[in-house]
Amino acid sequence: MDLFEKRAFAMALSLLLVFLGLIVYAAKGLQTDLPTCLPPETARQFRKDVGSVVEIGPNRYQVNVVAFMWGFNMGTVNELRVPRGAVVDFYVTSRDVMHGYHIERTPVNLMAIPGAVTYARHKFDEPGEYMIICHEYCGLGHQNMAGKIIVE
Amino acid sequence: MQAVQVRGAVRFIILSELVIPFLLLILGVALGLYQVLARAGILRTPDFLGINYYQGLTLHGVINAVVFTTFFAVAFGNALMLHQLQRPLRTGVQWVSWVLMVGGTLMAAWAMLTGRATVLYTFYLPMVAHWTFYVGAALLLVGSLVPFFFDWLPSVVAWRRENPNARLPLAVLGILITFTLWFLIFLPLATTVVFQMIPLSLGLIKETNVLLSRTLFWFFGHALVYFWLLPSYIMLYVMLPKVAGGKLYSDPAARFAFLLFLFFSIPVGLHHQYTEGGLSAGWKLWHAFLTFMVALPSFITAFTVAASLEHSGRVNGGRGLFGWMAKLPYWDVRGDKWLFPYFIAGLILFLAGGITGIVNASYNLNLIVHNTAWVVGHFHTTVGGLVTLSFLGMTLYLLTKLRGVDLKAKPLAMAAPYLWMVGFLIFEVALSITGLQGVPRRSNLGISYLDPNNELLYRPDWLFWSHVGALGGVIAVLGFVSYMVSFFGTLFAKPVRQPAVEFPIAEAIHDQPTPFVLNLRPWVVATLLLIAVSYTYPLYEAVARGTLANVPGYQSIGNNLVPMQALGEQTRLPQ
Repeated sequence: MDLFEKRAFAMALSLLLVFLGLIVYAAKGLQTDLPTCLPPETARQFRKDVGSVVEIGPNRYQVNVVAFMWGFNMGTVNELRVPRGAVVDFYVTSRDVMHGYHIERTPVNLMAIPGAVTYARHKFDEPGEYMIICHEYCGLGHQNMAGKIIVE
Repeated sequence: MQAVQVRGAVRFIILSELVIPFLLLILGVALGLYQVLARAGILRTPDFLGINYYQGLTLHGVINAVVFTTFFAVAFGNALMLHQLQRPLRTGVQWVSWVLMVGGTLMAAWAMLTGRATVLYTFYLPMVAHWTFYVGAALLLVGSLVPFFFDWLPSVVAWRRENPNARLPLAVLGILITFTLWFLIFLPLATTVVFQMIPLSLGLIKETNVLLSRTLFWFFGHALVYFWLLPSYIMLYVMLPKVAGGKLYSDPAARFAFLLFLFFSIPVGLHHQYTEGGLSAGWKLWHAFLTFMVALPSFITAFTVAASLEHSGRVNGGRGLFGWMAKLPYWDVRGDKWLFPYFIAGLILFLAGGITGIVNASYNLNLIVHNTAWVVGHFHTTVGGLVTLSFLGMTLYLLTKLRGVDLKAKPLAMAAPYLWMVGFLIFEVALSITGLQGVPRRSNLGISYLDPNNELLYRPDWLFWSHVGALGGVIAVLGFVSYMVSFFGTLFAKPVRQPAVEFPIAEAIHDQPTPFVLNLRPWVVATLLLIAVSYTYPLYEAVARGTLANVPGYQSIGNNLVPMQALGEQTRLPQ
């Protein structure tokens, strides 16, 4: 390799490592991490409680979502109301085929896979309506599979 | 290197491996047009010409991304081996491969066209398609590996024996790496197809492990994009500098890039599974790291290609820091220089695709764009950009050589890649914006979110950029139509010379033999080790820790998906 190639290589590598450093900082420092593999006992518990909202602390909620063709059961089907400023833990699985669970304007963006449980946490500071969109193909009714979260 | 005369069966086989997938591609592109119009709310129907939206989406993905690319890679490999090693192809082996690939494609096409395999290009379980879809896809892949094992490798061994001191030609190394990669990723796909999908589709078993199937699919599915990309890179390194009028900047750098692709490109599949449960975040981060590393050979390529183009521009009389850019053959009707637009338009699209791709790979940043229209914009500038354009350009080029004709409707053939580029740049910008707005990929928006009569779902705030996306799609299709005119004109033109295979092959400026890029074996061993390290634990989680129970497969009966058995006590979820 000549000098220019070495420089280009070093610059590319440093750029990628800087990006990677920022990702790790965002994940571990700012706590914007991805869902991990839950201990099987914990995951099994959530699967038993699917379709429910549990208040686990002052303005903190755990929502156990089960997706199905074609809706989301979160205690009530396709609708969830939480107070402003609520911190909500979403645990998501599916009862039949694969589905998606994306709450617009938030980083809650999950895959509902039958047989596995995934999760995300979000604090709802802005009141309003947030659409929950199924973004994984799940049969001919897929395009109509959507719910909403109303932050009051 | 001299042109190699071709006739008879070999000529027919290579020609048909270019023409058959192109005929299917016309259907794939037509369905793509329906999809952009439906996704802009312009067409508000569940079907188009009797084909359901999702059935069409399956056809669009499977034809454009699997059938067209696989056939092309085999045809291109055949022609390159023939020319670069100056050895005849083995007709028997080629016929076996041809029958498997064409037969498999027809089987899968039948299943998709009759609505028995509306499972999308990713064919995720637990949705189960008709068995002919899986068997057909498997035959296509097996057929594509036959020439590699039984024709090209023996020829390379024989060539080595005859030329003990010569370096393997760069293009041959590129093809060998492409198909080594193809074989390595074929194994996990074959595992889920043979042990999970086919038994389910035949009704031999009723339940399946979805997470395992996904993990095996993406073990294959992301490295697949490098199987698409590497033939394009061969063209960029070996042919583009010659077409541009100059030389390749560095031969060892090119070899190094190919080997890095082999090493890093397979253990990256978890980046398609960032947001699902059952897999450890630590291993997702490891795959994110390796995905960033696989950007390295693309950066090397960007440097080498830019340096080669600068050299070409200066040879053509360009001066100054940027003056050489004006001296490239953007529109040159002499000889085979019409190929240049295909490469340069593809490269410009790939720049956009590379940047959006780094966003997708970025672990937590992916949460913003996962499964939104953003991703669709990304892969239409990568596989739909550089890959498609270079494949289409090379298809047309080989057509002229194999038929011994001159290119017909040359201005249309040269305008096509530019129209395609403008169209998909618009498309990429529009879909990136709608993706950030939350527009889902895959959905038929025309009968839901963008249908003003749908009171529950209607989203007027998504309309504007979705329309811009449709405009981009329509411009790209105009490019494809002008390509088609030239393609069929050339296909039916009167021969004016003997059919022969030849390629524009560039010399290299820096060409000193560099030992560590000359021996393939240690790279293959290192690759296998890295795959084993990166996939052992995720596969253990998919089988034993992250999956709570197997779940029933779902078969489509009429308009419904029906579980293959009543839920057993063990898998029942309280409702």
